[in-house]
Amino acid sequence: MNGGDEVVAAPVGPPQPLEWKFSQVFGERTAGEEVQEVDIISAIEFDKTGDHLATGDRGGRVVLFERTDTKDHGSSRRDLERTDYPIGRHPEFRYKTEFQSHEPEFDYLKSLEIEEKINKIRWCQTANGALFLLSTNDKTIKFWKVQEKKIKKISCMNLDPLKAVGNGSVASSSNSVCSKSYLANGGCPDKSSNDFSFPPGGIPSLRLPMVTTHETNLMARCRRVYAHAHDYHINSISNNSDGETFISADDLRINLWNLEISSQSFNIVDVKPANMEDLTEVITSAEFHPTHCNTLAYSSSKGSIRLIDLRQSALCDSHAKLFEEQEAPGSRSFFTEIIASISDIKFGQDGRYILSRDYMTLKLWDINMDSGPVSTFQVHEYLRPKLCDLYENDSIFDKFECCLSGDGLRVATGSYSNLFRVFGCAPGTTEATTLEASKNPMRRQVQTPSRPSRSLSSITRVVRRGAENPGVDANGNSFDFTTKLLHLAWHPTEHSIACAAANSLYMYYA
Amino acid sequence: MAMIDEPLYPIAVLIDELKNEDIQLRLNSIRRLSTIARALGDERTRKELIPFLSENNDDDDEVLLAMAEELGVFIPYVGGVEFANVLLPPLETLCTVEETCVRDKAVESLCRIGAQMREQDLVEYFIPLVKRLAAGEWFTARVSSCGLFHIAYPSAPETLKTELRTIYSQLCQDDMPMVRRSAATNLGKFAATVEAAYLKTDIMSIFEDLTQDDQDSVRLLAVEGCAALGKLLEPQDCVAHILPVIVNFSQDKSWRVRYMVANQLYELCEAVGPEPTRSDLVPAYVRLLRDNEAEVRIAAAGKVTKFCRILSPELAIQHILPCVKELSTDSSQHVRSALASVIMGMAPVLGKDATIEQLLPIFLSLLKDEFPDVRLNIISKLDQVNQVIGIDLLSQSLLPAIVELAEDRHWRVRLAIIEYIPLLASQLGVGFFDDKLGALCMQWLKDKVYSIRDAAANNVKRLAEEFGPEWAMQHIIPQVLDMINNPHYLYRMTILHAISLLAPVMGPEITCSKLLPVVINASKDRVPNIKFNVAKVLQSLIPIVDQSVVEKSIRPCLVELSEDPDVDVRFFATQALQSSDQVMMST
Repeated sequence: MNGGDEVVAAPVGPPQPLEWKFSQVFGERTAGEEVQEVDIISAIEFDKTGDHLATGDRGGRVVLFERTDTKDHGSSRRDLERTDYPIGRHPEFRYKTEFQSHEPEFDYLKSLEIEEKINKIRWCQTANGALFLLSTNDKTIKFWKVQEKKIKKISCMNLDPLKAVGNGSVASSSNSVCSKSYLANGGCPDKSSNDFSFPPGGIPSLRLPMVTTHETNLMARCRRVYAHAHDYHINSISNNSDGETFISADDLRINLWNLEISSQSFNIVDVKPANMEDLTEVITSAEFHPTHCNTLAYSSSKGSIRLIDLRQSALCDSHAKLFEEQEAPGSRSFFTEIIASISDIKFGQDGRYILSRDYMTLKLWDINMDSGPVSTFQVHEYLRPKLCDLYENDSIFDKFECCLSGDGLRVATGSYSNLFRVFGCAPGTTEATTLEASKNPMRRQVQTPSRPSRSLSSITRVVRRGAENPGVDANGNSFDFTTKLLHLAWHPTEHSIACAAANSLYMYYA
Repeated sequence: MAMIDEPLYPIAVLIDELKNEDIQLRLNSIRRLSTIARALGDERTRKELIPFLSENNDDDDEVLLAMAEELGVFIPYVGGVEFANVLLPPLETLCTVEETCVRDKAVESLCRIGAQMREQDLVEYFIPLVKRLAAGEWFTARVSSCGLFHIAYPSAPETLKTELRTIYSQLCQDDMPMVRRSAATNLGKFAATVEAAYLKTDIMSIFEDLTQDDQDSVRLLAVEGCAALGKLLEPQDCVAHILPVIVNFSQDKSWRVRYMVANQLYELCEAVGPEPTRSDLVPAYVRLLRDNEAEVRIAAAGKVTKFCRILSPELAIQHILPCVKELSTDSSQHVRSALASVIMGMAPVLGKDATIEQLLPIFLSLLKDEFPDVRLNIISKLDQVNQVIGIDLLSQSLLPAIVELAEDRHWRVRLAIIEYIPLLASQLGVGFFDDKLGALCMQWLKDKVYSIRDAAANNVKRLAEEFGPEWAMQHIIPQVLDMINNPHYLYRMTILHAISLLAPVMGPEITCSKLLPVVINASKDRVPNIKFNVAKVLQSLIPIVDQSVVEKSIRPCLVELSEDPDVDVRFFATQALQSSDQVMMST
């Protein structure tokens, strides 16, 4: 299980911290505008090339954006797959299209309402210029194809169009009736079958309709619906590198699907105990390895990440590797277990590292080292004294996502007050930036005091840093637990982050 | 707008509807493309219709699929084989669409057309098409190209042949797994057209690359290639090149690959011949039978009989039988079930002594399995057992198993065993049946589940057919008729149903003397459902019994029912009366 490229081997010294700048905002709120619940963004995902971005919202809609600063849309697929964009320009996107992916439903058997909220979006392999993606709500996964369709105008019909409309349905369903008696120039009318017979040279007066194309229109069509396979809420979907299968994970099970077959799926992980009273741990997130078709990782509410090898067995209840951090003795509190729950995991592009987010920290794991995380980043340590409040208003159960940069040198995740944080994870770097999802991302930036002694970090392999100045709170910034930045995504090839603040999509570049 | 003569109206509509907004109408037109072509004549079909179809190919997949299929049989409508090449462009476009089933159909149609094309046309049109698809920008075109090489290759000149082989080997290394999978799938077909000399060099190196692919899904397909290639190679080459690959695959890290080996092993054995099978594949098979993944053991267990047939009895007893013993107590019920469905076939291979000594204990233990499917699988293959060990030995252990299944708490299990009862009856004979199973058959008529009662009624009929009316009069009819007095109306209804099934088998005499009075009596039932079922049964009896009986007893009864206060009873009684009128009129 070698991750391939050695991202850790930074050439000379740590990379410089990035200067983040505002790029774009979609769906910006005007002052005093109330956010509609259905407009709140619930999923963000770049495609593999970074030319497209999809967001899903609580109203079940999927919105697609396309990159505008690269003009090579006509170039070949192979080029697109390994495009290296010129430096100096930052990715800019424009609205492409949107469609209603899920509708609210009611499960009559279980008397359950099924929300239309999009939980996850994943892009699939493009083909013939059409875009493909999977979107899921709590129960049902759908496979979408978005393609330019020509708007056709048809002229030169054999029959008067007005008349044809009137008679069309009758005539088409009753060819046999008409043909029986009237085939005069066809020679002998064939009475027994509804087949025609024609002169050898054909009938010259017939002509084919002329089709003229005026413009094109983007069309989203649902190609397949993968339903009825989950008893609990789906929290993740993830494509396999083989291009033909994907997984869907709910609280207790992970199912494996073939993209082309929606009628059956295979259960590959089942953590449901025989007696539900014995339940101590649920699956919170699952993802396939980016290149190894047989490796998949899933995280749990107890803070562990399990790596499984699909080759070993049909039902992978025993993991190949387990990653978890031993809790420091004496630090145990009422909240320990709650905040240990992992809300999201992501593989780095080279597949060697896994990034995980729990309530208070981001952890980076090397899949070749299961003794503990390579690095731990404190996301909002100043909230630790407030855990009790956060528990009372249920914020402690918020599920923050995390992401890695394409080069694997930086990681990012969200926090409250529409803040998000970017950390450098190359050895030796102390990069830890706080940004606000607004047109002025650096507004809340507080100079992190430089570490008093670097030597400390060399004692423990696990680097802890980024502990924010607790004075922030004292500075008069009251932290707002209702404006939380849960969803964000890093562009696969460039330093560009898309993040969701309620109904607005903010994009930043560096 | 053109003026169309009245007679051409339907065909004109058909043509116009090629572009109708309603997909059903478009689909209808495409399905009758041959009619349109004949109306236009060959020349205009070539010059207008086919280009028209090529241009208008961004339709719904259903329409494209129909178009791909129609074009495959279109050669007669374009003017015969010398014009077949005009059909290639629209199919080429269909080979690149995203929907797999459309592409597959287009490839199939292209193969069909290519197989009829003249050699010079293949070189001029078909081979360039294959090359274009193989160099396609999107993976969809490259996937399709893999399925066309076996048509293109045989008629290619020498230099082109070399090029085609090179292109194929590139497809096998494509960076999209979908393309490699398609190349692996089609390798066998392509290899069959390649000359023996290149088979050993080019094709084998392609094959070896595929067997080492890092995508499990590609290696899986390479397993199937083993058997196909093995049959093409000389035996010694097969042993040198294919055998090691098979042995390697049987120890692959991925259970899915091993599963494929287990499924294909029999074909692989045929490919390598008897000697290497004995020396190399028996150990491989034994490993698969003991695999730690249940799915692999299921696949292997299902092939145990087929595999034993190609071995000598000694080898089978020495190597395979011990594994079979282990499998019969496997922890997975599905493994035991797979074994139970084939194990009896081993009896003729092993011979009587080995069967009684070795196989019978296994068989008996499976017959007592806690999992009903295992027991059912054994019972369904009873004929094979019977031949080898005889009925006496069998019946001692069989009966308890049947009784237990007959009372299983899952109704589907009960249903399954009922369906085997007529088969058992024919194999075990009247004597065995009378003592043991008769009571069970009656018991099922009183089952709580409707499907079981329904099946039980059918079973009674099939028994009567098997053993004849005389036997039925003694052993079935009295017991069945007794039950008409059951206090529960649903059970009484079952009996009515049984009577209607038995009547044709028993013949008019017994029907009139025994069955009819019971039915007539039931017309006095207090439950309307019984009464209208009486009407239905009487209707079914009319053609069986004599006309005088109809007049004397059936019609009066029906007339009475037709004045019943219940509307349904009146309805069915009237219906029955009408049908009796018709019978009378026709005679």
